[in-house]
Amino acid sequence: MNGKLNFAMYWGASCGGCEIAVLEIREKILDLAQLINIVFWPVAVDFKYRDVEAMPDRHIDLCLFNGGIRNSENCEIAQLLRRKSKVLCAFGACACWGGIPSLANVSNRQGIFRTVYLQSPSTENAGGLLPQELTPTRAGDLELPAFYDTLVPLSEVVEVDYFIPGCAPAADRIWAVLEAVVTGQLPEPGSVVGALEKTLCDECKRVRDETKKVKQFFRPHQIIPEPEKCLLEQGIICMGPATRGGCGARCIEANLPCRGCYGPAPGVVDQGAKMLSAVASLIDSQDPEEIDRIIAGIADPLGTFYRFGLSASLLQRARLRAGEQPTLQEAAG
Amino acid sequence: MSTQPFEPRIVGFLCRWCSYQGADLAGTSRLHYPPNVYPVRVMCSGRVDPTFVLKALREGADGVLICGCHPGDCHYQQGNYSAMRCMPLLHRLLEQFGIEKERVRLEWVSAAEGKRFAKVVAQMTDDIRKLGPLNWPLTLHQQRSAAQ
Repeated sequence: MNGKLNFAMYWGASCGGCEIAVLEIREKILDLAQLINIVFWPVAVDFKYRDVEAMPDRHIDLCLFNGGIRNSENCEIAQLLRRKSKVLCAFGACACWGGIPSLANVSNRQGIFRTVYLQSPSTENAGGLLPQELTPTRAGDLELPAFYDTLVPLSEVVEVDYFIPGCAPAADRIWAVLEAVVTGQLPEPGSVVGALEKTLCDECKRVRDETKKVKQFFRPHQIIPEPEKCLLEQGIICMGPATRGGCGARCIEANLPCRGCYGPAPGVVDQGAKMLSAVASLIDSQDPEEIDRIIAGIADPLGTFYRFGLSASLLQRARLRAGEQPTLQEAAG
Repeated sequence: MSTQPFEPRIVGFLCRWCSYQGADLAGTSRLHYPPNVYPVRVMCSGRVDPTFVLKALREGADGVLICGCHPGDCHYQQGNYSAMRCMPLLHRLLEQFGIEKERVRLEWVSAAEGKRFAKVVAQMTDDIRKLGPLNWPLTLHQQRSAAQ
């Protein structure tokens, strides 16, 4: 349509932060409006799925998909948008690697339902009602999407052209990607765009001693870190060594450790394993008992090392053994 | 289901200087021990990145055995200490993944300890036999079956 790019944005299992992040480009949104034609963006504009279904294939020039694949609706729309899009981008950590919602892969559908609908203190559900995929009513059957046991990243269900990491992606990086799309300067499909080809440590301004070891690990609230020195060397778990740079190290500037939202650094297979190895190398002890005491200061290794990408890690999810947890029927009493 | 008894598959990362020689000695001494460890020779136990361990488990190993020189004997002076520091943290992580710590072991075996190598392998094979198969590819398949 009048030379503008057809633009779509959609959310799977996400918090909505990625949608906000697009607005973070501020007044440039006006420039963007000159260049794009929004054809589907449920958060911003009222389109229905049937409008997308009615489009010819490859009608959308650029589709930004944020959020992971949590249920059958996410999966179906991902497949639909793949058919209708020339360029499909996994936008943000959740679409790229599962993000924070993929930490629920330590549990499964039953465990999640049990916590959310039956056991959480803020839930009042005396009848023990649980969402059903099909509810027959007098007016006809009501359907809900099927909730999966395991959350998977977008690339597990459709082919993804580009990965734009971050939770959420940094505004200047989003703008750079949009410019690249408009000017047709995108790299090889399958690449990570809007980020650097090095680790966060490479763009961090803090001073590293390189020989410093630690006798104690701290959680961020337990210590006031020195502003100039490497956070890891002060005993704070900072995901920098295992994480891709490109965010501008804004957390670090605010004296907070990197949490790893830009995903595994280039060449890193498993972000958590790489981080584990980096952390272990910092421990200042050769005595097994003391080593145990030191690592006891790391509260939740899985949640810390895989905070933004459990579902794209080597193991992808936790193994649950039958009979370890009560069934939904038992929990509902 | 297959009726054959479960034979654990254990990937063994053996340090080139001590433990691989130790395993060799177990063989040349004609010691009898279970054939369940698939050895991979590495330069040092400190070279065994946790990624290797996770990859082995991901690909279907029931256990991973890492063997290095005794503390103080490392050819590179510090490598085995590096492995030693990694292991307890890796065990905690694996526990969160639902993988028992007995499935991943770090043991010191010198080049003279063929007998010890045979004993470690026998013990570990026995432990894992009791735990049963890990079979991560199948676990993933079953617990992901609702997706797609």
